[in-house]
Amino acid sequence: MANAQQALTALADPTRRRVFERLASGPAAVGDIAAGLPVSRPAVSQHLKALKQAGLVSDRPEGARRVYRVDPAGLGAIRGWLDQFWTVALDAFKEEVERREKAQVEKGKGK
Amino acid sequence: MKTIQPAPVRRSVEVKASVERAFEVFTSGIGSWWPSTHTIGKGKLKTAVIEPCKGGRWYGEDEDGATTEWGKVLVFEPPGRLVLAWQISAEWRYDPDLVTEVELTFTPVAAGLTRVELEHRHLERLGPKHAEMRASIDSPGGWGGMMSLYAAAVERIAGR
Repeated sequence: MANAQQALTALADPTRRRVFERLASGPAAVGDIAAGLPVSRPAVSQHLKALKQAGLVSDRPEGARRVYRVDPAGLGAIRGWLDQFWTVALDAFKEEVERREKAQVEKGKGK
Repeated sequence: MKTIQPAPVRRSVEVKASVERAFEVFTSGIGSWWPSTHTIGKGKLKTAVIEPCKGGRWYGEDEDGATTEWGKVLVFEPPGRLVLAWQISAEWRYDPDLVTEVELTFTPVAAGLTRVELEHRHLERLGPKHAEMRASIDSPGGWGGMMSLYAAAVERIAGR
């Protein structure tokens, strides 16, 4: 299962991100993607491989071509991402609650 | 077609405060702790707001005064329970037709100690139907915004 870290790493490369964005606008074969970008077909293939490993795209044969699309199972990556998102948010929340509680106690002592 | 049902995201944290204070800081006080990186607005986030009532808005306000909806309050039961509608799509945009739920429960563990549990569920609704229908990722606040947010989260975790 791909995780959020893999998704992040896979998309850190700007060219790879463009390949992914191209697929977000609709399924495409390697040749279609390469035609729209200043990148060779073998390079596009490499990027697709990395995106596939990260769970962001899937592929299936259609006739003689292999067509790539944004993978619904990329939900695994979204889920992993949300997990991190809430961890960070709850940590920040805890910090603030405890800061206020402490301030309140100190204020009480000062009276 | 098989429907993908990802498990809900569940997180919990114990805070050294009363249940009442924990609930209040989470809701009315959200602007004081919500990470400024956690936004889908075009500008720099100034504050986050949860209107403290059922049906209340949940939104972000940028420094230039622009607001961006994130969702709304579905259940408001102080000090024990809060359910928010998270209406942000996988493309990182507000979508009024999308509802995923974020439930918070605040439980006293001991005097001055509260357990806060979070469940973010119905994540399958973030799935391919929406992704394919609304896949223009180039928009402001689209994928780029999500990535920078995510990167900041990872950095923060990695920095410990």
